[in-house]
Order: sequence, then C-alpha cells, then structure tokens
Amino acid sequence: MKARIKFRKNGVMKFIGHLDIMRYFQKAIRRAGIPIKFSEGYSPHMIMSFANPLGVGLTSDGEYFDIELRAPIASKEAVEKLNEQMVEGMEVISFVEIPDDKKSKGMSIVAGADYLSISKVGMPAEDWKEKLSAFFAQEEILVWKETKKSKKEVNIKPMIYELYPEGDNIYMRVAAGSVQNLKPELVTEAFAAYCGMSDAKFVHHRLETLANTGTDTEPVFVPLDSLGTEIL
Amino acid sequence: MRKLALDDEILLAVDKPARYIGNEVNSVIKKKEEVDIRFAMCFPEVYEIGMSHLGLQILYDMFNRREDTWCERVFSPWVDLDKIMREKAIPLFALESQEPVREFDFLGITLQFEMCYTNILQVLDLAQIPLHSSERTTDHPFVIGGGPCAVNPEPIAEFFDMFYIGEGEVTYDQLFDAYKLWKEKKGTRQEFLEMAAEIDGIYVPAFYDVTYKEDGTIASMTPNNIHAKEKVRRQVAVDMSQTTYPQKPVVPFIKVTQDRAVLEIQRGCIRGCRFCQAGMIYRPIRPRDLEMLKETAKAMIQNTGHEEITLSSLSSSDYKELKEIVYFLIDEFKEQGVNISLPSLRIDAFSLDVMSKVQDIRKSSLTFAPEAGTQRMRDVINKGLTEEDILTGAGQAFEGGWNKVKLYFMLGLPTETEEDMEGIAVLADKVARRYYEIPKDQRNGKCQITASSSFFVPKPFTPFQWATMHSYEEYIHRANVVQEAMRNQLNRKSLKYNWHTAEGTVLEGVFARGDRKMGKVLEKAYELGCLYDSWGEHFKFDLWIQAFEETGISMDFYNLRKREEDEIFPWDFIDCGVTKKFLRREWDRAMNGEVTPNCRAKCAGCGAASYGGGVCFESQN
Repeated sequence: MKARIKFRKNGVMKFIGHLDIMRYFQKAIRRAGIPIKFSEGYSPHMIMSFANPLGVGLTSDGEYFDIELRAPIASKEAVEKLNEQMVEGMEVISFVEIPDDKKSKGMSIVAGADYLSISKVGMPAEDWKEKLSAFFAQEEILVWKETKKSKKEVNIKPMIYELYPEGDNIYMRVAAGSVQNLKPELVTEAFAAYCGMSDAKFVHHRLETLANTGTDTEPVFVPLDSLGTEIL
Repeated sequence: MRKLALDDEILLAVDKPARYIGNEVNSVIKKKEEVDIRFAMCFPEVYEIGMSHLGLQILYDMFNRREDTWCERVFSPWVDLDKIMREKAIPLFALESQEPVREFDFLGITLQFEMCYTNILQVLDLAQIPLHSSERTTDHPFVIGGGPCAVNPEPIAEFFDMFYIGEGEVTYDQLFDAYKLWKEKKGTRQEFLEMAAEIDGIYVPAFYDVTYKEDGTIASMTPNNIHAKEKVRRQVAVDMSQTTYPQKPVVPFIKVTQDRAVLEIQRGCIRGCRFCQAGMIYRPIRPRDLEMLKETAKAMIQNTGHEEITLSSLSSSDYKELKEIVYFLIDEFKEQGVNISLPSLRIDAFSLDVMSKVQDIRKSSLTFAPEAGTQRMRDVINKGLTEEDILTGAGQAFEGGWNKVKLYFMLGLPTETEEDMEGIAVLADKVARRYYEIPKDQRNGKCQITASSSFFVPKPFTPFQWATMHSYEEYIHRANVVQEAMRNQLNRKSLKYNWHTAEGTVLEGVFARGDRKMGKVLEKAYELGCLYDSWGEHFKFDLWIQAFEETGISMDFYNLRKREEDEIFPWDFIDCGVTKKFLRREWDRAMNGEVTPNCRAKCAGCGAASYGGGVCFESQN
C-alpha cells in the first residue's frame, strides 16, 4: 500500500537542505510509529521517494513524498502522529493512499509548481504590475542558464504557465519535475532585468506542487495529493 | 517563532547553515525569565564534531532537568562564518535562544583534545568575553573547563575562571546551588570563585601560585587563598546505574560524525595499557545495570528515531553482560530497521557470530589494535593482546568469509627499537599468510591487510608520563622504517600502510604535558591566525613555530627533556585516584618488560579503590 504525504516547510527550516529533510522524516516516521516498509538486506532503509527538491532558502506549503506501508493506518491518525513529532516550521497537511498504478506512482508525475515571489529589495517602480503583464506577453524570454560545464541562453517562456501580481507579490505557475524544471528565481531575475532593476531581490515561497492530468497541449494541473484518497 | 542571530543573507552564504539555527528535535527551549542560571555548553569545534560527543548530551540533559537552569549549546563557527562574524562584530550566540553567550551566567567548555585549544580562544573572542580570567568582571559569564584534558589544565589555566575536574554528574548541582546563593546576595566575582573553590572537584587557577626552578621545571605550586584546596580530587560517578542518562538526546538535522544513538555500557577500563590516559583516569571500571541499559536503548530510539544504535565503552568485551545486551539490541531493533553498530570487540566466536548478523561480511573489515609490532614492545605497553590471539581471531574470521583486516599501531613508544618498528610489517604479513593458508577455492579472492600507525604522545596520569618524545624528523624516520619493511614482506601486495602526520604529534605533546607558560604561546599562535588545528587543511605548523620563537618558549623542553622520577608535574595537584607511586611502579615495570594483570585478574593497588566502588569491590558484592 502506498501513501503520499504533504507537508509545509517554513521558518528556520528553510535552511535545512533536501537530503537532510529526508533524514528528518525518516526519524520522524520512526518516532511516530508509522508502519512503513523497509528494503531488504543488511542495512534496511525506509522505502520513500521525495518530489521535486526544494532549494535551500525557500519555504513551502506544498511539499510531498511517497512511502510504502507494511500495514494500513488511517489518514487522520497518521497526520496527528506525525505532527506530534514535528519541529517548529514543519507541518504535515495530508496523508493519502495513492493507487498502485504507474500513472500516479513515483515522483515522475510532477509537472508544475506554484510560487509566490516576495520582493525584498528594490521592487520595480509603481507601474511594475503593468510591466509584469508586458514582460509575460513577450514571445520569448531569454535567460542565461549556467551549468557546471557551459553557459547557454534558453527561452523560458514555454515553461511559465501563469504569471501575475498578487497583492505586492508575484504569483507564478511554472514547469517543474524531471522533464523540465524552472526555478522561480530565473523568472524574477529576468523580470528585474527587463525592468532595469538588476539589484532587486526576491524570496520565493512554493505554494503547491502539481501533476498534469490533462495532455501536453491542454494541461490540467492538480495538487499531487488530489490523486490520492483518504484512508479511513 | 525564534529570531535567528544571523540574518538570511549570512546563513545562505555560509556552508551548512543548519549548524547555526538550533531547532533540532529534543533541543530544549525554556523561558529565560523563569530560570536563574543560563549555561552555555560549548564544544570548541565545528557542530558535526561537537554534536557527536556523548558527554555534552549527558550534561545538557542533566542541567536542563533542573527547573532553575537552561543549558544551551555553542560550537565553534566554521571558518567561513568566523570571518563574517569578525567583520560584522556579531557576538557568538547559543543555538537555542540565539542570544549572545556573553549574557549567560556560565560558559562551559569541554576539553576533549589538546588540538582544539586555539578554538577556545576563538570562542571567547567571538563571544566578546575577555580572553583572560583576570580581565573579566561581574558582567561576564564564569568560564569553566571540563573533560579529559582538564586533568592537566595548566597550559590553558589563565583563560578559565575555574575547571571542573572529573565526571560532571557529581558536583555540578552543588556549584549551581552556590551560584544562586551568590547571585541573590549580589557578591563579587572573587566571592563566587571562593565559594566554588570549596566544592569538590573545582579548581580555580588564580588561587594557586607556581614557582619554577632554574632549569624551568616546577619548584612549587601552592594555594594563595584559604578557600583553595591543596589537592583537587577528580570527581567520579561511583554508581553508574544511579546517574542520569539522556533518554532524549538532541537529534541534529545534518549528518554528524556520530549519527546514531549511543549507549554507554560502562565507564573505565580494567586493562591498564600504560600509554592510555582514559584507562587510568576513568578508573575504576563501573558497569551500568543491564536492565537500565535495555530501557534506555528503547527510550532513545523511540525519542530520537535514529536508524542506528551503538555501544560505547573503552573495552566492550570486558562488559560482563555483553552477550545479553548485544542480542537484546538485535532482537529488539532488527525488525524496526534499526542498525546495530558494534564497537571494536575482541575477536572470538561470539563477536564473529554477532558481526555476521549485523553487517555484510563481504564489505566489513575486522579491527585489531595490537598497538605495537612485537611481543616485547606489547609487554612494555602492557597490551595483553598476543600474536596468537590475533592470528587465531583473524583465522576464524577468514574461515567465516572475511577478507579485510585493519591493524592499529603506535610508533615512537618508549624503548622502541628498529625491530619493533619492522615488527608492524612482519605482523601484518603473518595475518596475510594466515589468510593464504586457506585453500584457494574456499577463500574470497585476495585479502587486504591495512596497518595504520599514529605517533605516541605521552599523557598526564599514565605510567608513560615520564617518557621522552622524539623530534619531528625522528617520527618521519620511524614511519619510513615501517614503510620500507612493508615492501620487503612476502605478501606486500596484500598489505597497506598509513600513518598520521607528525606535526600535530609534536604540538599535542607540548600541550599534553605543558605548564602555565604555554598560555602565552597559545595566545600568540591564535593571534597569528592558528585555528582548527586538528584539521589538516587548517593546521599551520609554521605559525606555531613562529609563536614559540616569538614567546621564547622551547618545544624541546616539553618533549625531548628527560623527566626525573621526583619532578613535580604541572598536574600533580590533581588527585585522580591512581597514585603517582603506582604510575611510577608501572613505568619501572614497563622498562623491565613486565606485564601487570588486569583489574579483575589481580588488583595492582593503583589507588582508585579510594573512590569506593566499581571493580575494586566487585568480588565483595
């Protein structure tokens, strides 16, 4: 039986990297007594897989990982037990069963993510909201992407699905996952450059991690835990 | 939510920000208005090293059980943050409250090894606390040292207000109660130091005068304050089953060196190896009750969620109920996916059985610590392990499927000859030969015998405290003798030899047996930029040499001089249970190559029986 766990990561926990969050949950699951399944062998490890690593410095309300259970446990009970074990800044939101078919399995289904980008320093002038629309209306948005080996110019426009002001912040829905992945800072950097405010600084908060239940051309994005069902 | 001492920009710029944010599972948050005593517990090393230390977890737990006390943790900022904190004058803070250490009542610094001494100055400096005890006022915390190196606190005496000599479980409560009294009546700093000096195990360096002879050795060390004791008695927790033990150790977010639950099964050792300080100062051996250990193990895993548990002691094979505790751990935890990590055990049928249950023998290796290459040398150091023990144990293991063996040695031991050095290679080769005695079709490819050596450093309160060390060049020469001998062995292709560098050895030697004059060298070295000296990439030996030259202190005086039988050592004012007479007797026996039986076989009259417990009274129970 497979279960999907959704959690929040806020406050000082943003300084804990992805691998350490995995280790944190391994210990929390043991303390909570969640009946997780182990691999075979001399050093058995918990069977779990994490979706779409969140960078150090980012907070999130929509993080996920899947585990395999060796015995069933009710969703409500699991969430309560896990939350009894959380430190400040961490909160488990849901614990749902996911079907054992290929479609919903694993973290290869991650297709998008929603972010809120909050301006810290040098937010563009008063008309930034109009500029944001104009920026998003461009045919191409070219940015320099640096890898260890090379630096190349890419068009990130196809990877931005939505981009609009939300209050004083910027909301965006962008591609995420193993096929293509766009970091929110690339979008805000490109926007800041577009406005000629290259010293602008943003912090990014992930709102949700999404799967695509539609097609490539007509995507339908849904939160990952909506693919599961509550265990009673 | 707590406000962090460092802003986001700094935390995102440094390596592993998790070192500085606290918030770990089982870390303790209290309201500062509701406590009388704020204690900053410091391990002057990087977080991952400090958080691996059992003693810190024991005292953190013990102090925080007091409602009137809030104990927090402090570690050395890594070099990247160190630089930023200096530039921006950010005061060193404790992890839990994120508040400056200089506002605390106590700063406790654990002294686990000599090579962290420059980090002590870093901690004081970054905390914005005056380096010298004499410059501190009532606005500053009391700086207290403890841990194994406190058995010779003299090289760092001027930087501490007091030292707690011995095991923390015993008189800290008295010290805290005295502190509350003193705080209530708003006494002077001197007054509290005088109250502390009256408490067993507390040493206040300022209350002693040291005079020197013309040759630089000590003429006398006498109290200059009526509250200070002539001799400071090292404190020992006599009944180990009655002491507190952390059932909820703090669980780091990042991977630390000892990333597991640690179960201390006993303290002390019966073996009496003559080079080993721990084997002398933790006397007498005191086992913990088996049932207490079982309960503690269960509670620790439940409260931490650790995926591994290990046993801690100086010689686990001497724990009488070892089988019971090990099989209990396997039965209790194997199903829960908790690994059992075994400390090095004496290799016999039992340990091989256990190892085959808990680890993959194709990947794991066997460890022996013969410490010396020849039987003569092993007799000198009183290491009971014989060549036959090693070959029998290795043989059994090889037949059970193992093919990797690690051998640990020391070089530069007293009376060591070229034959003893070469003996390391000869012994390694004999182990390999034993492997190839197994028919080819029954063995698992080639074997891999790795011999490692470190250079011996004489430590206070050991029979070898009178030993003369060697020059840097001589150490390198000795390692080369071993290396050369390795090349001449029949099975050289199956042998590997590693040795630790010698520069650290020389410095460690100076500080281990140093006196109060060392303080200015340490301060000079720190000023010159020495820090994290136990980290190869940060150790700057040339700056240390410069510090010795500029302060006019000779390393050779401490390392190469012959110490006479009647010399007054800087640490002689401490009473560790074991007597100087016993240590000298052991030194003489070492020079004659005579072995001394272990505590359970025959009492050697070391003096530790004066503590009134442990193995000394075992047969009377």
